[in-house]
Amino acid sequence: MPVVRNETLPIRTSADVVAVRQKVRAWATELRFSLVDQTKLVTAASELARNALEHGKGGEVRLEILEEPPRRGLRLVFEDRGPGITDVELALKEGYTTGNGLGLGLGGARRLVNEFDIESSPGQGTRVVAVRWT
Amino acid sequence: MEHIPILRMGAFLLVTIQVDMHDQLAMTLQDDLTERIRKTGARGVLIDISSVDVVDSFIGRMLAGIATMSRLLNAETVVVGMQPAVAITLVELGLPLQGICTALDVERGMDKLRAAIARA
Amino acid sequence: MPSASSATTNLIPSVIAKHRDALLDDWVREQLGASSRSGSIKESDLRRQCAEFLKLLREASDGGDPSNLDGDRWQSLKEMLGNISRTRGAQGFTPTETATFVFSLKKPLFTRLLRELGGNAEAVAEETWKATEILDALGLYTTEVFQKARDSLIARQQEEMLELSTPVVKVWDGILALPMIGTLDSTRTQVVMETLLQSIVETGSQIAIIDITGVPTVDTLIAQHLLKTVSAAKLMGADCIISGIRPQIAQTIVHLGIDLGSVTTRATLADALKEGLRRLGTELRALPGREA
Repeated sequence: MPVVRNETLPIRTSADVVAVRQKVRAWATELRFSLVDQTKLVTAASELARNALEHGKGGEVRLEILEEPPRRGLRLVFEDRGPGITDVELALKEGYTTGNGLGLGLGGARRLVNEFDIESSPGQGTRVVAVRWT
Repeated sequence: MEHIPILRMGAFLLVTIQVDMHDQLAMTLQDDLTERIRKTGARGVLIDISSVDVVDSFIGRMLAGIATMSRLLNAETVVVGMQPAVAITLVELGLPLQGICTALDVERGMDKLRAAIARA
Repeated sequence: MPSASSATTNLIPSVIAKHRDALLDDWVREQLGASSRSGSIKESDLRRQCAEFLKLLREASDGGDPSNLDGDRWQSLKEMLGNISRTRGAQGFTPTETATFVFSLKKPLFTRLLRELGGNAEAVAEETWKATEILDALGLYTTEVFQKARDSLIARQQEEMLELSTPVVKVWDGILALPMIGTLDSTRTQVVMETLLQSIVETGSQIAIIDITGVPTVDTLIAQHLLKTVSAAKLMGADCIISGIRPQIAQTIVHLGIDLGSVTTRATLADALKEGLRRLGTELRALPGREA
C-alpha cells in the first residue's frame, strides 16, 4: 500500500494533543473526507493521543496518507514506550477505565475508524494503528 | 493561565466555547464555573458548543462533570448548539452523556432552564 | 514487393500513406451503407473523424507495438477514440455501432494490403493478422470507454435518486417530517440521518417525525441506525417521533428483541404531528363562527 505522504508529531503535553487534532483535521479536509467522517477520525485521534499521553507517559503519532485507487486513506500510528496494557481485550471493552476517571477510550476509538489494530504488553509500550478510508 | 470567559445573564451563566480546548483549559473551566455558581447563586448554566467541532470522551466527561457539580449547587445545566457531526460521533463513540440537558440554541436553552427552575 | 516485416513493424503506415484518399472514401462508404444510425451523423463530420483516425493510426502504428496498446505511441489515438465513443454513447449509439466505426476499416484496409503484397500469401497472412490485432484492440477499447461512461452515469443517477428519495419536509413551525419510502440500506439510512440532523439545525426545529409507513421491512441493522439518529437528535436538543409503524413491523421489532427504549412512536404521521404540536404547546382550534 503506497504511502504518499507522512509526518510525525510528538505527544508530550496536552497542547500536543490539540496539535494532533488540528493536523488530522487539516489532512482529512485535504483528502475530502465527509464532515462526519472527518469528525469521527479527529475524535478517534484525540482519544488515542490522550491515551498515549496519560497512560503511555508520552509518545508520538505518525500520520500517513495511503493511496489505493479509487480510494485514499489516512492512517494514524500511535506509539508510546509506557507501561503497556496488561489485558488488551479488557481495555477494548466499553466503559473500561483505569479507576481515576480517565477511560482508555480505545473501544470508542475503534468504533470510529474503518481499521484498527493494537499491540501492547506490559513493559513493551503500546502501538495503535487506526485507518479511515474515503 | 487562560480562562474561558463566563458571562452572567440574570440568574444564569453563559459560557461560549470557541477554542479547541486542551485538557487543562477544560479543567480550569470546570473549576471557574463551580466558583462562579457559588459566588453568584446562579440557578442555571448554559454551555454553548455551537462552535465546537470535536467532542471526545474527555470533553464529554467534562460536560457531565459540570452538570453534576452544578446540580449539587442547585443550578441546572443545558448544553446548546451541538453540531450534527459531533452528535453522530458521540453516539457512535457510545458516550451516553446522561444527566445532561440539551437544546438547539441559547434561546431555547434559556426556556428550558426557566421551565426547570419553575418546576423545582 | 515488400519483404516480410519484423514483429513490431507493420505495413499500415505505408498503406495509409499511399492510399489515403481512396481508403477514406471506401471506409466512409462502408459505414454509411451499413449503419442504421447513419442519419444521425453528418457525412462531413464522419469524414472528418475518419480522416483524423487514419492520421493518428498512421502515426501510432509507425513503430508502435501492436500487441500493447498501453504504450505511449497509442495514447493520442486512444484519446481520440475515447472522445468519439463517449460522444456517440451520449447521442444514443449502441456500443456495437460505435465499435463498427473501427471494424468497418478492416475491409478497405485488407483489400489494399492484399494489393500491396501481391502473391505473397505468407506476407498477406502476417500483415492481415497484425492489422486485425490492432483494429480489434481499438474496437474493443471503444466498448470499454462506453461501459465506463455508462457506469459513471448510473452512479450519478443513483446519487440523485438517493437525494430525491429522502426529502425533509417542514410540516409546522418547529416540526420536520421525513417520510421514508422504499427499502433502507446502510448507506441510505446514514445519508438520511445526516440530512435530517442538518435540517434540524438549519430550520431550528425541535421535533422531527420519521415516518416509516413506506418501508416494507425493518431489520436489526436498520433499527439500530434509526435509534442512533434519534439519539443524535436528542443530543442536539431535538426530539424524534417514529410514526407509521405497521403491525408487521411492530411484530418484527418485538421478534428481533429490538429495544426502542424511550423513543416515542405513533401509528400514523397525523398522530405524530398531534403529539409534536402538543409538546410545542400548540393547539389547533376551529375558527370562530364556522359550522362544524
